[in-house]
Amino acid sequence: MDMEQEAPPKDLSREQLLAMYRRMRLIRGFENTAQKRFEAGEIGGFLHLSQGQEAVPVGTCTALRPDDYITSTHRGHGDIIAKGCEVNYMFAELYGRTTGYCKGKGGSMHIADFSQGIIGANGIVSGGLPISTGAGLSAKMRGTGQVAVCFFGDGSTAEGGFHEAMNLASLWQVPTIFVCQNNLYGLSQPWHASAYKCELSRRAQSYNIPACCVDGMDAIAVYRAAREAVDRARTGGGPSFIEAKTYRFLGHYVGDPALYMPPEERAAWRERDAIVKLGSQLRGWGYLTEEEDEAMGASVETELQAGLEFAQSSPIPASEAALDDLYVHFDYAGNPK
Amino acid sequence: MREISFRDALKEALREEMERDERVFLLGEDIADPFGSAYKVTLGLSPIFGTDRVIQTPISELGFTGAAVGAAITGMRPVVELMYIDFSTFAMDALANQAAKMHYMSGGQAKVPMVLRSQGGPGRSSAAQHAQSLEAWFHHVPGLLVAMPSTPYDAKGLLKTAIRLDDPVVFIEQKLLYNMTGPVPEEEYTIPFGVADVKREGSDCTVVATSMAVVKALRAADLLAKEGISLEVVDPRTLFPLDIDTIVASVKKTSRLVISHEAPERGGFAAEVAAQVADKAFGYIDAPIQRVCAPSVPPPFARNMEDYIMVDEHKIADRVRKLVRGEI
Repeated sequence: MDMEQEAPPKDLSREQLLAMYRRMRLIRGFENTAQKRFEAGEIGGFLHLSQGQEAVPVGTCTALRPDDYITSTHRGHGDIIAKGCEVNYMFAELYGRTTGYCKGKGGSMHIADFSQGIIGANGIVSGGLPISTGAGLSAKMRGTGQVAVCFFGDGSTAEGGFHEAMNLASLWQVPTIFVCQNNLYGLSQPWHASAYKCELSRRAQSYNIPACCVDGMDAIAVYRAAREAVDRARTGGGPSFIEAKTYRFLGHYVGDPALYMPPEERAAWRERDAIVKLGSQLRGWGYLTEEEDEAMGASVETELQAGLEFAQSSPIPASEAALDDLYVHFDYAGNPK
Repeated sequence: MREISFRDALKEALREEMERDERVFLLGEDIADPFGSAYKVTLGLSPIFGTDRVIQTPISELGFTGAAVGAAITGMRPVVELMYIDFSTFAMDALANQAAKMHYMSGGQAKVPMVLRSQGGPGRSSAAQHAQSLEAWFHHVPGLLVAMPSTPYDAKGLLKTAIRLDDPVVFIEQKLLYNMTGPVPEEEYTIPFGVADVKREGSDCTVVATSMAVVKALRAADLLAKEGISLEVVDPRTLFPLDIDTIVASVKKTSRLVISHEAPERGGFAAEVAAQVADKAFGYIDAPIQRVCAPSVPPPFARNMEDYIMVDEHKIADRVRKLVRGEI
């Protein structure tokens, strides 16, 4: 493979690259495990999986500071784990347990960890775009140097919230980075049937937002695009837009057979698996031996298993906890706290 | 005590809170000078605080309301002005799905200290898309607080509280109230949410009224007083949290209840008050609970038709008269 002739990147250390690789495997493993537990009937609600898209959040979040913000979507497990969420509390949230990130009130679509700048996944398509614009405005007004990354899908880009957020972010020159995970489908609607001859980067450029299109199956390429955008945002250069072309290996949610995705298309994208690619690169550069690769896989598996057991053995919330946490100053009936 | 307008009372609240807390900022359409907002509440604030804190936005209600949510959950305290509450349809996702839900669905992590100020109500031939009274929409959404002041004093005190709360507040003004004047002390004060104000004491019938309907109910009380009928007017001031105890105490005293608001009757706030009073004071009520609200139609344009649907003192007085005489 020509990959073996490729020189290792100078802008990412071996440790960083190994951490990216492990994080991508952790996301994949988390979702594979969650899928099995969902199919076994242990997890309720919806489960929107992102297998195939891991390079986008991991590449992006590698360029972030711990106090930077992200917003995410209904398909958010990968984004959230990439920013630093731990799989034990993630599983616990999926299981609706008190130890979950949201104490069982959010579930898969609403995981947030404000202590790590994860200001919410969002069940409303495009819901995070105005919010991340406001988080960027807030960072700018407070002068903290933080940036806000908005993860969203191609399905958001026909929503009014997308265009309003792009316009305001540009007008206000806020440090918000819009990362579109173009996985080619908004539920079942193919991207090519959602907009006429559209290139998303050009759509962003029409708002005078610097924009690029990267291979979302290449974590290093995503990192570089994010690095440039983050550096620009931190130094007062305003918002950026990154379209990462990627693919959702599975259906919209667990249970969707994805009959609308042509089998040959699915197979072709599977061939381009970003995790396989990065693993191959790491071995090619001498950064990772076969044994280390296997040991990493085992450690990921151990972490996931421990996380799963943590969730399964965590307490179920009291039913009446449904009435808590509606207001800061009042109980749900309006009595002052 | 000095008297100032409802508009100036609101402006003072904004100015004082912006001086007190640098995290407080304003955003909305046309709010900076020289225009100073559609009803001039923010006129004069941008020269004091600059356009970095009095942010005049494009016509982009979802964008800037959603941005306010994002700013609020990351340490700022935005006060959004929505020029007409009718435009809240565009902002509804940011309000109902985002602001209202953030604290709850994050398991108590997120705080959303934002205020959305807007104005509604008929009376200026503004017609179906600029004169609605939409408080029931927001009142119905768990996670939002709703304030509707009827006097300059309440407007200032409630707005200052709204800005200081860590929960999202929908603060609804009425376009005809802005020029009304009333006593407002020079010194600092705030008014807690969830505390009703008995605007007039009486013994024969209670009228629970909101916003402009309070003004009309007080006029009705004057009319009825000449006939020897004593009306008690209770203004909840905040629809949620609701001070039902003060309302129930009043009904126990008068044994009759009329509820009045400018919003359409069907599914309105009055129905909630009626249900709660029926639940908590059934044995004390001597007559059917009555609603004096707009019929469930959009606000029409022509002046005579608008007058026809609007709550006024005569409609309230007529209903009270019938109740007291046992004609209902």
